[in-house]
Amino acid sequence: MAWAGKLLRVNLTDGTVGSEPLNMEWARDYLGQRGLASKYLYEEIDPACDALGPGNKLIMATGPLTGTMASTGGRYSVVTKSPLTGAIACSNSGGFIGAEIKMAGWDMIIFEGASPTPVYLYLENEKAELRPADTLWGKTVWDADAELHRMHQDPELRIACVGRSAEAGCLYAGVINDLHRAAGRSGVGTVMAAKGLKAVAVRGTRGVGNIHDPMRFLQATEQGKKVLADNEVTGQGLPTYGTQVLMNVINEMGAMPTRNMREVQFEGAHKISGEAMHEPRSTDQRPNLTTNAACFGCTIACGRISRIDNGHFTVEHKPRYWGNSGGLEYEAAWALGSDTGVDDLEALTYANFLCNEDGFDPISFGATVAAAMELYEAGAITDRDTEGLALHFGSAEALSRCAELVASGEGFGKDLGLGSKRLCEKYGQPDLSMTVKGQEFPAYDPRGIQGMGLAYATSNRGACHLRGYTVSSEVLGIPEKTDPLTTDGKPELVKAFQDAAAMVDSSGLCIFTTFAWTPDDIAPQIDAACGGGWNTDRLLEMGERIWNLERDFNLRAGLTGADDTLPKRLLKEAAKVGPAKGRANDLGKMLPEYYRVRGWTTDGRVTDETRKRLRL
Amino acid sequence: MQHVLKLEPALCTGCLQCEMACSYENTGAFNPARSRIKVFTFHEEGSFAPYTCTQCDEAWCMHSCPVEAITVDLQTGAKVVDEDVCVGCKVCTIACPFGTVNYEEATGKVAKCDLCGGDPWCAKACPTGAITWVPADTAGLERMRAWAYQAPRPQPTATKTPSGKPVQTYNPAPTGGQ
Repeated sequence: MAWAGKLLRVNLTDGTVGSEPLNMEWARDYLGQRGLASKYLYEEIDPACDALGPGNKLIMATGPLTGTMASTGGRYSVVTKSPLTGAIACSNSGGFIGAEIKMAGWDMIIFEGASPTPVYLYLENEKAELRPADTLWGKTVWDADAELHRMHQDPELRIACVGRSAEAGCLYAGVINDLHRAAGRSGVGTVMAAKGLKAVAVRGTRGVGNIHDPMRFLQATEQGKKVLADNEVTGQGLPTYGTQVLMNVINEMGAMPTRNMREVQFEGAHKISGEAMHEPRSTDQRPNLTTNAACFGCTIACGRISRIDNGHFTVEHKPRYWGNSGGLEYEAAWALGSDTGVDDLEALTYANFLCNEDGFDPISFGATVAAAMELYEAGAITDRDTEGLALHFGSAEALSRCAELVASGEGFGKDLGLGSKRLCEKYGQPDLSMTVKGQEFPAYDPRGIQGMGLAYATSNRGACHLRGYTVSSEVLGIPEKTDPLTTDGKPELVKAFQDAAAMVDSSGLCIFTTFAWTPDDIAPQIDAACGGGWNTDRLLEMGERIWNLERDFNLRAGLTGADDTLPKRLLKEAAKVGPAKGRANDLGKMLPEYYRVRGWTTDGRVTDETRKRLRL
Repeated sequence: MQHVLKLEPALCTGCLQCEMACSYENTGAFNPARSRIKVFTFHEEGSFAPYTCTQCDEAWCMHSCPVEAITVDLQTGAKVVDEDVCVGCKVCTIACPFGTVNYEEATGKVAKCDLCGGDPWCAKACPTGAITWVPADTAGLERMRAWAYQAPRPQPTATKTPSGKPVQTYNPAPTGGQ
């Protein structure tokens, strides 16, 4: 129960839509969202296919708890093969569209083929129609969103949309929903645009009513909310400062990647931190942050709603950006700020608005700009390449202009849209790309947090903090403190975090709940909603199954154990300051043991024995 | 004592837990589309506001109903729609100045907040205190106090009396408000 029990299949080549029952046998092994959609993708496409060709499919998937009263139960994932990494992509978003899809009576939508002309999907409960999107194509997400609301005369319509960056082929374009929530990573929006699909507009009025044991579900979710409210991180830190609560913490421990990861501490961190967002500006006496905001069903409400100083150089002549919209989360603040050396909070907020408005990943974008700045300062990129734009570290003007160029896909924006790996290759300095499997790093330097090095190297979607967030343990001591500078025990720790995250990402819940919730807090909620004996052990085994399925997909796509590595800079160049001074990442000490605890061969392949144990 | 739903938009995060609680209590499904309390997002402004029926004493909806399907719950003061009597004519939706009684396609009747018989689920579900269930007569007290604190008033002085004892002055520190 709790599943809607059916999926919508949309063939964009033929322009047809059809309903089919959800494969409940698979749902019992993969639950929903990330796990179940990955299973469908694994079974339905050739992993070696061209990610931007019609052979790839794109799946929007909810979990069984999506659209319920469980706290944070509003998540959905976009699963496809990534054009950025060539690996499986799974990008998770909150906001409201996931719940709306579920309210309309669908667990997931599978898009296949490619449309010869731009279209959007209109979904109103059972009614599903592909409609022409000629008037939407070429519009920003914000404009297309407004246009769709106007066309349908329905203020309650929920919309997921790609922006101009995706249309222009930026390889890290995301799918934006509800104006500023994003399935942001790995270029899932690029795939959507390549299929000619501009938007998905949903109205669901059927609700989610088939909870297995309603009374037990209400009790379990109530208990879960209490745990979140009583926890220091989810009850206070996140609502007050958002994920930006981490900026000063991570900087102080010397794990703040700075200026394309050349350094591990940023002298301007305090100017772009969560605390700084609360400080009234000297110019207009208003703080950057207006309020916190929740996604569907979320009792944490870590979201940032910000307003740029209207007199700031980025927006002084652009009233379009004078209102409030989605503000800086930690990852965006880091990538747009610390990694590019820019400490101008308003400029970062402007770049972040553009990332939302035209749908591109602020992490990959910021990291690519950082790489471009290093290439520029090394003389590998010249003014001729940038059409005169001086790409110096610390330049808020350069950052803002780069965001405008990637948004529209014009000029040097085309090069920036390639991502860090391809950009550095193009300009002859591949070692300057701070990526794993082609995807840019997030905001935790693995020299200062050793376990994260292993988590990055082995992540199934390239460098990513959400695939195995050992920061929880190594920095925050959740569920128990481990030494961030040791490699001992990290292979087991990374595996445990990876499996647990795969489970949470398949439920419809937000991973941020795990600052407070253990799997023991989650299992009763899933069990009461779904029925059928979902206990912690089964859920974690399922997480492991999902991890191995994704791994298998990647191996079939042509990746190998040799891709489980880090850039030379992180393996060879020691941190120069901070608590991790003198340390590089000791991946070599952890990787063989990780393969062993995973039950893989010494070159990182899934063994038949493991496959059998997990019923793959 | 009669209670009311006290709405504090400044505390609302837009999570919709109230809408889910309301729809679940009334329809058996988590379904914001059928919630009788609605949360509005004012995106440009960066604010959220829950809104629902305020249970007018002289309720326009009740007086306008041609079949007397809307009656007063004497325990709570709620104006309650009797679905067995309602004919779905929608006159009450025209009469209500606040838009808080609405027709439902799913039932062919109108639906409005009935205060859950005196134990409103929305208030219980609200994680931030933006919706609370408080005595009607004093619902505005905290806000009055906040405004009173801001209003100009003489500073307390330590006046001496002929007996030499200080006069008691009353100027408490604020404990609530915005």
